[in-house]
Amino acid sequence: MVKLTIDGREFQAEEGKTILDVAQGNNIYIPTLCYHESVAPYGACRLCMVEITNKRGKKKLVTSCLYPVEEGLDVKTDTPRVVSVRRMVMEFLLARCPDSEVLRKLGDKLGVEKVRFSQEEDKNKCILCGLCARACDEVVGASAISLVNRGVDRQMATPFFDASATCIACGSCAFVCPTGAIKCEDIGDTRKLTMPNITQEFRLAKCKACGAYWAPERQVDFFVKKSGLTREEYELCPDCR
Amino acid sequence: MNTSEPKLDNEQIKTMINAILDKYRREEGMLVSVLHEIQGEYHYLPRPALEEVSRGLKIPLTRVYSVATFFKVFSLKPRGRHLIQVCLGTACHVRGGARVRDTIERDLAIKSGETTPDFTFSLESVNCVGACALGPIVLVDGQYNGQMTIEKVDSVLKKYA
Ligand code: FES
Ligand code: FES
Repeated sequence: MVKLTIDGREFQAEEGKTILDVAQGNNIYIPTLCYHESVAPYGACRLCMVEITNKRGKKKLVTSCLYPVEEGLDVKTDTPRVVSVRRMVMEFLLARCPDSEVLRKLGDKLGVEKVRFSQEEDKNKCILCGLCARACDEVVGASAISLVNRGVDRQMATPFFDASATCIACGSCAFVCPTGAIKCEDIGDTRKLTMPNITQEFRLAKCKACGAYWAPERQVDFFVKKSGLTREEYELCPDCR
Repeated sequence: MNTSEPKLDNEQIKTMINAILDKYRREEGMLVSVLHEIQGEYHYLPRPALEEVSRGLKIPLTRVYSVATFFKVFSLKPRGRHLIQVCLGTACHVRGGARVRDTIERDLAIKSGETTPDFTFSLESVNCVGACALGPIVLVDGQYNGQMTIEKVDSVLKKYA
């Protein structure tokens, strides 16, 4: 256990926890976009910046989602420096994705009045935080998408920008995406997954009893493979089971 | 279209890739070295090769593709048999590197980043290759040609064409 203070309040925390873990566990607000509790932190969005003073009295800005707690750490989540740097980050994100409703709301909340940078034309809402790809890899285990290329060409995409052979159409990527860049909708017997670089359609499996389309065929295949059960075990939707 | 684009035989690729993977003991950590070797073989990274690497190393294709597209040395487009790299680093730039590049572009009728239709040359620009005193530098297949001038372009390219 280590002792640290956040905004003047004292906390005890287990070693290995991050500043963000402690703050969230104690209702201290730190804005985040690329963080999700089920996925390893990555530090891509830079929105969760806080100011720390370490034992030697040195002040610096760190990403709270990655910074592990230390004995005697003094964390401030609300200093003028933190506020201004967050606004700056927010402005960059908004310049990149002016169409994202979520980002605009967050911008308002953080006090961004106007974006001083020229705004991106193509209406893509992806901030390249890679949360979708990390969830797909770490949680689902499908690894269907990733960040590709480098620098200004960086994009979220499937390999070769082609239909993915490993995607099971579970929609986890759309679920975790913090900006609404990925859409997942079911239309009749088809699931449509719309990503910045590709739109894919998948067949849905029909429940034998009630006839409802309940999961993508590929996801059912995936269940079968994972669980070692037979395909017959998955003929019914969860409601009819 | 390009008639002399290198024809690839999937079986041949498979054998080749697996030999390379064996050489690196199929270690995931050797991915970059493996890709280097493949590029040495084909001058670029053919898609079936990357797919075979993913299978052979038991890592997702997404990871292979991310790494392959991250590094500038790797090309996913077919490249020529000879790679011309014109240095446009600060020193070479002030000594007229850009003019040398323009000349090569005109002579080969391609732009930087492109490949000649007969797949003899690919052209690209790089930023400082560590021989500033000899600038402007033009590398062909890693061979340094120092103090390049527009007049020398022709004779340098002749050696390879
Ligand atoms: S939440 Fe920490 S950098 Fe995105
Ligand atoms: S600038 Fe060309 S070698 Fe350094």
